[in-house]
Amino acid sequence: MKSLAGTGGLIRLILRRDRIVLPLWIVLLVAISVSYVKEYGDLFPTPDSRIKYASNAGFITLYGELSGSSLGEFVTWRLGFVPVMVGLISLLTVIRHTRVEEETGRRELLGATVIGRHAQLAAALTTVFGANLILGLVLALGMHSQNLPVAGSVAIGIVYASTGWFFAAVGAVAAQLTASAGTARGIAIGVLGGAYVLRAAGDTSAHTDGPLAWLSYLSPIAWAQRIHPYAENRWWLGVLMLAATIALTTTAVVLATRRDIGAGLLPDKLGPADGTLGSPLALAWRLHRGLLAAWTVGFALLGLLFGGVAKGVGDMMKDDPTIQEMFQRMGGSAGLIDSFLAGVMTLVGLIASAYAVQATLRMRVEESSGRAEPVLATATSRWQWAASHLVFSLLGPAVALLAAGVAEGLAYGAAIGDVGGQLPRLIGAALAQLPAVWVLAAVAIAIFGFFPQASMISWAGPTVCILIGLVSAGVATAGWIRNISPFTHLPSLPGGSVSAGPLITLLAIAIIVGFAGLVGLRRRDLPA
Amino acid sequence: MPAAISTEGLVKSFGRTFALDGLDLTVRTGEVHGFLGPNGAGKTTTIRILLGMTRADEGTARVLDGDPWSDATDLHRRLAYVPGDVTLWPNLSGGEAIDLLGRMRGGIDKKRKAELLERFDLDPRKKARAYSKGNRQKVALVAAFASDVELLLLDEPTSGLDPLMEEVFREVVQETGRTVLLSSHILSEVEALCDRVTIIRAGRAVESGTLSELRHLTRTSIQAELVGPMNGLAQLTGVHDLREDDGKVQFDVDTDEINPVLRRLTEIGVRSLVSQPPSLEELFLRLYEPEAVK
Repeated sequence: MKSLAGTGGLIRLILRRDRIVLPLWIVLLVAISVSYVKEYGDLFPTPDSRIKYASNAGFITLYGELSGSSLGEFVTWRLGFVPVMVGLISLLTVIRHTRVEEETGRRELLGATVIGRHAQLAAALTTVFGANLILGLVLALGMHSQNLPVAGSVAIGIVYASTGWFFAAVGAVAAQLTASAGTARGIAIGVLGGAYVLRAAGDTSAHTDGPLAWLSYLSPIAWAQRIHPYAENRWWLGVLMLAATIALTTTAVVLATRRDIGAGLLPDKLGPADGTLGSPLALAWRLHRGLLAAWTVGFALLGLLFGGVAKGVGDMMKDDPTIQEMFQRMGGSAGLIDSFLAGVMTLVGLIASAYAVQATLRMRVEESSGRAEPVLATATSRWQWAASHLVFSLLGPAVALLAAGVAEGLAYGAAIGDVGGQLPRLIGAALAQLPAVWVLAAVAIAIFGFFPQASMISWAGPTVCILIGLVSAGVATAGWIRNISPFTHLPSLPGGSVSAGPLITLLAIAIIVGFAGLVGLRRRDLPA
Repeated sequence: MPAAISTEGLVKSFGRTFALDGLDLTVRTGEVHGFLGPNGAGKTTTIRILLGMTRADEGTARVLDGDPWSDATDLHRRLAYVPGDVTLWPNLSGGEAIDLLGRMRGGIDKKRKAELLERFDLDPRKKARAYSKGNRQKVALVAAFASDVELLLLDEPTSGLDPLMEEVFREVVQETGRTVLLSSHILSEVEALCDRVTIIRAGRAVESGTLSELRHLTRTSIQAELVGPMNGLAQLTGVHDLREDDGKVQFDVDTDEINPVLRRLTEIGVRSLVSQPPSLEELFLRLYEPEAVK
């Protein structure tokens, strides 16, 4: 096995580089998961209360169908989104240690030592597979320590680990396809997102006896979920996940054999000899357009999905007075479907804030890669340079939200035969998220302006807001905690009443914080 | 005519380390000025201050009679910069990057660009990610030299070029007739191109002047076959490392002190004499060494 020579050394290198991140995410994900047992056990002590809580259509879209009413099943169901995060972390880690290494040229440096052709891929996959195995084991122990049955605890460990394995292998395949790590990430995350959307659409359809229930069978996320820990414990689905992982890994190895180091499977095409780009804005458009297109398409799909299921959700709830009552308590004053759509809009807004932060941090990427330097050495001022990127981090989310609103309006409007009425309402509801999105973008600008080395901390904004959103949807949360999130201060649209005060305050905060960040950027060293 | 670049007492620290510790640098208008120093001496930091990207903690800097920090944008229309480590946008072609940088600087000479591409043997249609380090450097060089500017700031611009391309680079610099600040490690390049040089070490200028002025700072090595005994030679000031072997002597002499030493040698009587001027390598090695500060 000469092609694997040096794998051990590379594994040690990966462990050295990730010695903090890797244990951190294992501990964090296990801690969150185990803590849910007590938390949700206390909140929903009876099977009835659990079933009632879980039959909310929004939850079914997010987490899937509840397999049974025991505490283990209920907690597993409520944790339905965590395996997706495991998959995301796994694929990003694999790409980070394969394609990124090649793109930066570090792979070449190592390749000249005694390192086999497949060693890098083998090392990255071994590490991530191993990390997922440990995650699964620790989770099983943790769950069992909360007095849940052994078999089910092992099964939920397998749900997490096998989802991680599968998407690690997806990352490995994506890393072989293109020369650019960014594109590889896009492909792999696209597969993950696709799998999630298939599951969400299939499960929602199944719940409303729709015709699209079969979509779930196409989604590896659904396969792992339907192991149904603490219920049937379908081990064979774990074996299926393992087989799929092996198949993808083999594919990645075969692809890797067919290409040169540093190259993708498709050769780079030649570009034009003369450029038409001549301004910072034109350059920014070139750098951001792919991201903008991907997010816009993603948001449109999300809008279609939610708009499409909204009517079914309403029909289902009409027959069930207890759910109606619960939904109205959750703040839906003007009708059930509106409160469902308003919840969806908040979710879409939260995701849009992640895009806003990502686009803002492009400036940091440009800075730390050294590409900002030649631009700023031309007659381009820092203001102009920053403004060219901010056009996309502020207006990009607006375009993406607009797409979500239009798609949702069309899909829902078509379902109830009122496109003309629903389209403007839902576009308005989508765009109403913008002030909160901009606040988080402004925070990212400020961190980039004053503490460039800590730019990554900007991700805490969307993360904290998503956590606050998720937690406060399920459990009563102290007001001051909910008030941290700018999304708490948005009107509940469609259906709710709009008052200008909070919106103006959010806009003012965004402008002041963002402008302060730009002043910081003007005054600091660059690159720093 | 005012100097193109002048700095006085520039100080810049990053945390507790001093990148610059009172740097004085003067580049006269129209000259090619060599900027030398060991790795980490502060060359790139200096250039970044001159570009208004980094702000000095203390001291003053003037570039083309403007303040590099507050007049950055205006000054950048009149200068071009080639970084030592050129990174480009991976999915832009070389030609696109050249035109982009040129236009943002205020315009690019199409004819000159075509000519430079030809001379540097660069295919502008390739995507930047397919370029080698040398080719990325060529992209930045073509963009800089095809722009109509007064001042060129070049930070080790030939570190990735092959010898053939380095020759092209020399020709291009010699033709420009513009003021150039050239940071470099390649001594032959400095010798061929530079009117004056400044050598910095640990954030300070340790020497500045023309190369022949600098040569005087070092020692000439002399081998001689003498007729008589070498009485008194060792006592002369400026004589170092004197060795004698069977009527042949070998020593180094401070170049300033060479006259009295030669006089003494002829008094003794010389059968043969070999004198070697200091090589540039020796000059730089001496100045780069930590204890070289005078």
